[in-house]
Amino acid sequence: MSETTATIRSWTDIANPTRFIALAGRLIPWLGGASALLLIVGLYLGFTAPEDYQQGITVRIMYIHVPFAWLAMMCYSLMALSAIGTLVWRHPLADVSLKSAAPIGAAFTMLALATGSIWGKPMWGTWWVWDARLTSVFVLFLMYLGIIALTRALDDPSRSARAAAIVTLVGFVNIPIIKFSVDWWNTLHQPASVLRLDGPTIHPSMLWPLLVCALGFTLLFFTLHLMAMRSEIWRRRVAAMRRLAARSADRQEGVTA
Amino acid sequence: MLALFLRDLRLGIRAGGGALVGVIFFLAVVAVIPFGVGPDLNLLARIGPAILWIGALLAGLLGLERLFQADREDGSLDLLVLADGRHMLALSVLVKCLAHWVANILPLVIASPLLGIFMNIEPIGIAAAFATLLVGTPAIAFIGAVGAAVAVALPRGGLLVSVLILPLAIPVLIFGVSACYAATTGPQPFLPPFLILAALTLFFAVIGPFAAALALKANAD
Amino acid sequence: MRLTAEKLSGERGGETIFAGIDIVLAAGGGLLVTGPNGSGKSTLLRILAGLLPPAEGVIRLEGGSEEWPTVAAASHYLGHQNAMKTALTVAENLRFWRDFHGDPHLDVAEALEMVGLPGIGSLPFGYLSTGQRRRVCIAKLLVSHRPVWLLDEPTAGLDAGSERRFAGLMRAHLEKGGILIAATHLPLGLEGVGELRMGAGR
Repeated sequence: MSETTATIRSWTDIANPTRFIALAGRLIPWLGGASALLLIVGLYLGFTAPEDYQQGITVRIMYIHVPFAWLAMMCYSLMALSAIGTLVWRHPLADVSLKSAAPIGAAFTMLALATGSIWGKPMWGTWWVWDARLTSVFVLFLMYLGIIALTRALDDPSRSARAAAIVTLVGFVNIPIIKFSVDWWNTLHQPASVLRLDGPTIHPSMLWPLLVCALGFTLLFFTLHLMAMRSEIWRRRVAAMRRLAARSADRQEGVTA
Repeated sequence: MLALFLRDLRLGIRAGGGALVGVIFFLAVVAVIPFGVGPDLNLLARIGPAILWIGALLAGLLGLERLFQADREDGSLDLLVLADGRHMLALSVLVKCLAHWVANILPLVIASPLLGIFMNIEPIGIAAAFATLLVGTPAIAFIGAVGAAVAVALPRGGLLVSVLILPLAIPVLIFGVSACYAATTGPQPFLPPFLILAALTLFFAVIGPFAAALALKANAD
Repeated sequence: MRLTAEKLSGERGGETIFAGIDIVLAAGGGLLVTGPNGSGKSTLLRILAGLLPPAEGVIRLEGGSEEWPTVAAASHYLGHQNAMKTALTVAENLRFWRDFHGDPHLDVAEALEMVGLPGIGSLPFGYLSTGQRRRVCIAKLLVSHRPVWLLDEPTAGLDAGSERRFAGLMRAHLEKGGILIAATHLPLGLEGVGELRMGAGR
């Protein structure tokens, strides 16, 4: 094991999938453990933190909702970075990273929407409002689903890589426009409803649990991402072996014929 | 480039009556809405521009998947990609989008005032809807080119193209409809959303063909 | 003008299907690429044309000056498909490719006569038989000038007479100092050209 660590010196070394798998195998338990620990501490702190004087107990959902929303955005940025990695540097792992991040990002986005909705019910009296922020996150969710559908539709990884990268980047460029347009649309339609998603200025007693939770979920994300990347690499190896088997079968037939 | 435009235009008009089907689809979508929301003319007048826009958006997505697929199937796409040195591929894509727009979307923009009358929209609203559709629908074609290029190798890419494109087309829809409302009811002026719409079209006219050209080159095998 | 390829290797679906191919063709040089199905003939042509990136190696066109900077710019690529629209007439198709490619060489009517299809310019392309379509596609090589012809199974669907006529056209192209690379598993009736046998090493 010490040999592998000795050989991983630069970023290009990690490009080798075998070394990446070795590295991921060593990192995953640590990352997973750290995220579990942080989450336990963060959630405990969250449940013992003082209640909000206006929102009461419902404010506690913030400790998971905000990290989910943060990860929904971070994951897309990570995918956009991976897309640049695929298109510009042709990094062999960038495509794996993009493809395996998409479902995780979609899951976190959905969780953010769901927890936001649960939070919104007692606060606003309705499960869903076409608030600018909610709508943009919803559009983000749709974009995740589109990218997932695209990566699944093209089964040849070398071909799907660039297609998904291009769509991801175009989407990334569009996110500010969508955000801006949704803001415009919202203010035009319901200028009176100022929905307070942020709550009051956060008191340190609530900020600390939130930060711990955010860190914990971020580590959880990276754990999941590494695991997903590892299994994607394995999946591709299996596919390559199968293709090889198909070819060698053809060759054997050619020998006998 | 003019040759490419004329060829695509001829194909769009001659082959399978694509333009006509688009207009009929648009008519059908718009005609179905009153059955859904009821024949209340006041309500229809209020939501009329939005209906026209949603109808145009859906009809605009309709023929999009064939934008490059037909060229790929008969091998023309290879030659378009190979001619990159002479005619930049992004420019070829732009020209193809424009031809697609003229052949398939422009007819339904022209048909929109008629439907506006059915919807009981007031004249200024009809004019606004026509103007916004005229300026905004090319953006759908440009951004749609990315989806069409990405899904060019798929046998049934049409649905996927729509799924990928619709979220990106939301800003166009928002500003198109906003401008219409500003013209009819709103206290806000018509011009700002209209100009933003025009800016969006120009923005997508750059980013769409470039991304589509990149995707087509990656898919050329 | 010289077309060179050094240590070319190509892959398909992440798998190397040929490697270490060297090609040197001077003006007037022709090369037949032969081999069984799946040996990579089409892939080699597509890599030479620049439609696919080579897994390894470089392709150069020397002495093409500014007019023909790359192989892609200097080539006519004739693929498996004809790149013609069935809804347009033969003449419309050919005129489009002449305008799009530039460097007009022969008139559309002349080109059609060269491939033995005079007077069909006004017919829709979709009405033609397989062999006739292929011949119209060959006429496309004549309506605009390109020094390099990359032909992928050019004679698929042609009858004996048309094959002979096409061989004559290829010979004329070589005599005028053109370069020709054709992937085929049928004899093309060309003498004095090199042959690259694919898939022989395995």
